[in-house]
Amino acid sequence: MSNVKKFMYINNKAPYGTIYAWESLEVVLIGAAFDQEVSLMFTGDGVYQLMKGQDTKEVGIKNFSPTYAALGDYDINKIYVEKESLDARGLTVDDLMHLVWEDEDADWEEKDSIRVVTSAELAEILDQQDVVLSF
Amino acid sequence: MKFGIQVNEGPYTHEASVTAINFVKSAVAKGHEVFRVFFYHDGVNNGTRYAKPPQDDINIQKTWSELAKEHNIDLVICVAAAQRRGLADEGEQERNGLDGNNIMDGFRISGLGQLIEAGIECDRLVVFGD
Repeated sequence: MSNVKKFMYINNKAPYGTIYAWESLEVVLIGAAFDQEVSLMFTGDGVYQLMKGQDTKEVGIKNFSPTYAALGDYDINKIYVEKESLDARGLTVDDLMHLVWEDEDADWEEKDSIRVVTSAELAEILDQQDVVLSF
Repeated sequence: MKFGIQVNEGPYTHEASVTAINFVKSAVAKGHEVFRVFFYHDGVNNGTRYAKPPQDDINIQKTWSELAKEHNIDLVICVAAAQRRGLADEGEQERNGLDGNNIMDGFRISGLGQLIEAGIECDRLVVFGD
């Protein structure tokens, strides 16, 4: 396994209601150990996965959203959020968690991981991937 | 071409399992290799040997098992997803102190790394599910 491939994880489902979002994140975290080039994409109701201030106490389901903050520590810093999906839901990037990573090549400067992109830009990014996993 | 397959949905409830079976059959018939089928989410339920569908219905679990035997296909059930949903082989039975196991012949339980490895090793990884 010497070759490095571009892995893209597509997340387009709401964080709760079904388990897809949480089990997708588990794949991403395990996959981080394989030294591949990883990107995440959030579209549709998937953008809700990154909402800040999630509280699941009343529904009795585990709130896994703090785990997203660990992605930066795993060198996962390309997190694409579709602009049209945010717009359609009346959201902006300010409604999302502030996810960061530390750039080793820039004296460990903290940089934003989330990039809001249009669907046209996403299509181009998708086109460059080797492996696309959708959840 | 070398294919990796991911099945994300449970049998019967969702058509994804049967579509994946049809895809694997067609790929093999055309001379392609199916390196591995990885079962995730409720897809792990494709690997129970306790399913007894009505006789006039397809037995999805058995079909996978026969496909694997015939074409030497690696059927892997995700361990984390299996533990949540009550799928166990002998090893899992022992480790977790269960009173039995229910895995279908031809399947094995392993980690998520097997899915990533399939992505790395295969020319195409094809995901079946919503």
